Amino acid sequence: MRKRALRILGVTAALTGLMSVVPSVVHAQDADPVVVLGQQINLLWIIIGAALVIFMQAGFALVETGFCRAKHATHVVTTNFAIFGLGFIGFFLVGFPLAFGGFSYGTAADSWSFGLYEAVGGPLIGSGNKVFLWEGGWALSGDGITAPLIGFFLYMVAFMDTVATIPTGSMAERWKWGSFTIWGLFCGAIYYPLFAAWTWGGGWLAKVWDTMDLGVGYVDFAGSGVVHAVGGVAALAGAMVLGPRIGKFDKDGNPRAMPGHHIPMAMLGTFILLFGWFGFNAASTFAATDVQFAVVATNTAIAAAFGAITAMLWITKRTGKPDPGMMANGMLAGLVAITAPCAFIAPWAAAVIGVIAGVLVIESVFFVERKLKLDDPVGAISVHGVNGIFGVLAVGIFANGSYGNGWNGAVDANGEAIPLKGIIKGEWGQFGAQLLGAAVICTVIFGVAYGFFKGQDIISKKLGKGGIRSAEEDEIVGLDLPEMGVQAYPEFVKN
Amino acid sequence: MKLITAIIKPFKLDDVKDALKASGVTGMTVTEVRGFGRQGGHTETYRGAEYKIDFVPKVSVEVVVDDAVVDVVVETIAKSASTGKIGDGKIWITEVERLVRIRTGEEGADAV
Repeated sequence: MRKRALRILGVTAALTGLMSVVPSVVHAQDADPVVVLGQQINLLWIIIGAALVIFMQAGFALVETGFCRAKHATHVVTTNFAIFGLGFIGFFLVGFPLAFGGFSYGTAADSWSFGLYEAVGGPLIGSGNKVFLWEGGWALSGDGITAPLIGFFLYMVAFMDTVATIPTGSMAERWKWGSFTIWGLFCGAIYYPLFAAWTWGGGWLAKVWDTMDLGVGYVDFAGSGVVHAVGGVAALAGAMVLGPRIGKFDKDGNPRAMPGHHIPMAMLGTFILLFGWFGFNAASTFAATDVQFAVVATNTAIAAAFGAITAMLWITKRTGKPDPGMMANGMLAGLVAITAPCAFIAPWAAAVIGVIAGVLVIESVFFVERKLKLDDPVGAISVHGVNGIFGVLAVGIFANGSYGNGWNGAVDANGEAIPLKGIIKGEWGQFGAQLLGAAVICTVIFGVAYGFFKGQDIISKKLGKGGIRSAEEDEIVGLDLPEMGVQAYPEFVKN
Repeated sequence: MKLITAIIKPFKLDDVKDALKASGVTGMTVTEVRGFGRQGGHTETYRGAEYKIDFVPKVSVEVVVDDAVVDVVVETIAKSASTGKIGDGKIWITEVERLVRIRTGEEGADAV
């Protein structure tokens, strides 16, 4: 039984009787100095991870701006810039407690801990293995605020901001600035914390191993579901409420190409995302003393490489040329899909996941545009939504039992850790837990996002402010001057 | 005096420039332009959706020359800009009424 079996939460610790009176900071006096040093390094690993994930915001900004047209470039890049602070504020004040108020991780005796021995709070709605929201540590103030907790907050806020920035891609070039800012706050305060509370926070989905006898409960190592699919369904909801850009579809409903204005910028952004993704996935071991991070980092790179090259070949087969935008989408699709299973699978499975993701993202882009008649300028729905769901399911398919046994504190009647095994090992229970998580994202979480955007649109129209979409004439001339007051490229001659 | 305007393939600009200089032409004006001719542009795909590039990038070269050398210059441009493939461009000649060199005030053939 791996030490990592005890991932997550006071409930787990109470279950296994390990939650004793321990100092809540890393420099426990009686503890083994090697363990203390290990925990300090683990906390450093988390902060490094947080910095890498925060740098992904630069990648998103470049990808989305590059894939959009020059006349909207200031607007698109500024949504990506501002979302960091908007989401952050919501998460700092409200979101973090709702998602992680009940989160703790190991004891002073565990070399794999990083010092967060006691949860800052407890359940807000629900109890036991059926918790729906948590509370405690509002605005990182009050009792129980330790350096490990604050460090953990920084890592979690970085994931939240990834969710918040995903819809800025699918809704680009037509999302009114003021409406967008409300989304940022809402995402950080309420939207992201919901599914996070149910899974990583230790809520009901993490506990379906107990309540529904499904594997070790919902498993999502670094967030194919918790981050990317949750962001992806918001991108879908937003694109549905806004409608397509003016001129995207001809009068017969056939899609028109609207080429991005700066492909090199988008490709550079994709590589920055790949770089940041090592923090996203590898640091999700929460421990530099857990050398599984090396497997995670390598599986991440494998899926990225196979995703990009598969997309390159597939789009060449479909249209005759290796469309660089699709190649970038293919790499990101591989990264999104590997994010949930990266710690639990063999390298060959990471390659298979990358290949599937590379095909899936292109077919999904075609489907979204040609069948659903939705306009997604950067492919956010296909990259994050579709491949996020695929990544969630991939855990239930490819997990080989080498790591993550007893995840979510899952133990059988004899107190033995339940192994984390997917369909390739003949187990279907884990796939069931993953399917349940995916279904919740596609229904409940999608519903929350759609309700938010639609409700905001209706209220805005009732107040005479014209809805959440930019004015038609502003969209035609480009949002940069009318909404932001400055053009991205004032000295360039426009077409 | 005549104004010779040549629309050529952008990558042929250096060849045309060198050929004109060798033939004694002392100055030229170059503009990046876009347009189409009989071929009518071409089709590309972006993220799976087809789009037509109606206006293909070209370079416009303008030279003002004395009437006596018009034929030589036109021939030089035509020869140096030719690839034999579709989209090589066009040359046209227009009458210039008056020509002034700003610095010296010279006019006509002296200003060429």
